[in-house]
Amino acid sequence: MTDTPLFKVSGFSKFYGNRIGCKDVSFELWPGEVLAIVGESGSGKTTLLNCLSTRLMPTAGSVEYRMRDGQFRDLYHMSEAERRFLMRTDWGFVHQNPADGLRMTVSAGANVGERLMAIGDRHYGKIRETATDWLTRVEISTDRIDDQPRSFSGGMRQRLQIARNLVTGPRLVFMDEPTGGLDVSVQARLLDLLRGLVNDLGLAAIVVTHDLAVARLLSHRMMVMKDGYVIEHGLTDRVLDDPREPYTQLLVSSILQV
Amino acid sequence: MTELASYNFAYLDEQTKRMIRRAILKAIAIPGYQVPFASREMPMPYGWGTGGVQVTASIIGPDDVLKVIDQGADDTTNAVSIRAFFQKVADVAVTTHTQDATIIQTRHRIPEQTLREGQVLVYQVPIPEPLRFLEPRETETRKMHALEEYGLMHVKLYEDIARHGRISTTYAYPVKVASRYVMDPSPTPKFDNPKMHMYEALQLFGAGREKRIYAVPPYTEVVSLDFEDHPFEIQTFSQNCALCNAHGVYLDEVVLDDKGGRMFVCSDTDNCEDRRAHGHVGEMLAQDPPLGKEAAE
Repeated sequence: MTDTPLFKVSGFSKFYGNRIGCKDVSFELWPGEVLAIVGESGSGKTTLLNCLSTRLMPTAGSVEYRMRDGQFRDLYHMSEAERRFLMRTDWGFVHQNPADGLRMTVSAGANVGERLMAIGDRHYGKIRETATDWLTRVEISTDRIDDQPRSFSGGMRQRLQIARNLVTGPRLVFMDEPTGGLDVSVQARLLDLLRGLVNDLGLAAIVVTHDLAVARLLSHRMMVMKDGYVIEHGLTDRVLDDPREPYTQLLVSSILQV
Repeated sequence: MTELASYNFAYLDEQTKRMIRRAILKAIAIPGYQVPFASREMPMPYGWGTGGVQVTASIIGPDDVLKVIDQGADDTTNAVSIRAFFQKVADVAVTTHTQDATIIQTRHRIPEQTLREGQVLVYQVPIPEPLRFLEPRETETRKMHALEEYGLMHVKLYEDIARHGRISTTYAYPVKVASRYVMDPSPTPKFDNPKMHMYEALQLFGAGREKRIYAVPPYTEVVSLDFEDHPFEIQTFSQNCALCNAHGVYLDEVVLDDKGGRMFVCSDTDNCEDRRAHGHVGEMLAQDPPLGKEAAE
C-alpha cells in the first residue's frame, strides 16, 4: 500500500427532500483495500454507494479520486463524459441483480468485450482471446462464450458480471450485495473467487452488504450504518469481535449459528 | 365552380416547409446528427416514405426534375405513387433517368451511376437510430451520441462474427460520418456504403414516424465500421445481370417458376435500361432472339 489514499470522501450527505439518505459520511480508501459498508435495509448504504459511484448526485460534501496521473479530482466537478469514461475503464460496478449489469441479449463474450470495444479495441481475435481468458478466470467454461447470459444460472451470471467489470483492469470496484440472491454454496464459491481476484489484482473495493459473513471474508475495514449515519468504523475483525455501539452488538449477535 | 380547397405548392404549407428546411440546414451543418423535426401527417401510411416525401416537398421547386426509386426500380408501387403525388401537388417534371433528375427520392438503394454536384438524394428512413436494437432507451442513445460512446456498435458486429463467422449485417450497415457521428444509412444494402464516401451529391435522410432528419453533405468522409481482422466487405455476385450483362452492380434474384428457375437482374432499372439501349445484352435476352434484337437496335 502507498501512503496516498485512492478515494477521499468528506462531509458527504444525501437528502431525499426532508428525509435523510445518508449524512456526514467521511472516509478514505487506500489502493488495494476493501471496505465493507454494512447495515440493515434502509440504513442508507445503497444510497451512499450510488452517490460514491456518481450514479446519484449528493446534496453536500465532496468525493475525490486519485486519477492514474496521481492528481486528485472531485468527481462531481468532472464533466459527464469524463465520469462515464472513468466508470467504464478505471472503475467497476457489480450490481446485486446481474441482469442490471449485463446485456442479457448479447453473448457472454460480447458482454466481457464491450468495455474493450468502448475504449477503442478493434481487433476481434484479441477481444475474443481476452474474453476467453476472463471467462476461465471466473470459472465459466469457455464453450459457453457464445451463449447469452439468459441461459446462465444465477451464480454464473454474477461471475460473468464480475469478469465484464474487471476486463479493463480497474483500480476500484463498487459492489452492491454481490452475493445477494445466491444459495450458500454458490455464495461461498463466489466469495472465494472474489477474494482471489481482489488479492491478485490489488483492487480497491467498496462492498455494500447486509451479510456480515461477506464483510468478514472480503473486507479489511468496515463501516456500520444506521438511519443514514455511520455509527461505527474500524478494522473488520475489531468491529465484528469487539463491537462498541449497541446497534453493532445487536447486529453481530443476530447472526444465526448453525 | 370555385375551388374551395386547394393544395399549396408541393402539398405542405409554407410554414411547415420552413420548419423542415431549418432542420435540413442544421442536419447539413452537423453531418450525421439526427435533427428532430415536427413531422406532419402525410396522405400515405408510415413506412411508405413519409419522411422522405416531407424532405422532398420542402426542397422541391417548379424547375426541379424528380426521380423516385424503390429498391432501385422506377416502376414499383411506392415509386410510382410518390412520383404521381408530386406530379399532382407540385406539377413538376418527372423522369426515370438518373442523369436528368435534380432530386432523387430513394428507398433502399443508391443509383449505380455516380451523381454529380447539385443533385440531391433523399432517403426514406424507417429507423434512424443505429443503436436502437442494442439500447432501447432514447435518452441513453442520445447521450451516447453526444459523448461519442460507440463501443456498443461494435458489440453488434462482434455478435455477428461470433454467430456467423463473419459480419453478417448486410443492410443498414452502420457508418461513421466525418469522424464523429455513427449513422444508420437507412436500409440500403451495404453494397452501397462505399458510394456514400466523398459523394458528389447532397444526401438527405428523412424519418417521418421517428421525426428525425439527418444529412451527409457533398464530399464528406463516410466510413463503414469494422474490425481490424474482419474488415468491411461488400456483397459480390458471381453472375452478371441476365438482361444487360452488367458486372459489379447490385443484382436482384427473381424466381421464375416452381422448378428452381431463377434469374439475376440489375436492381437499378434505369441503369439496366440504359445499358441495354447501348447494346449490352445479357444471357436471358440472348436466348430470346426477338427481344434481344430489339434491345440491340
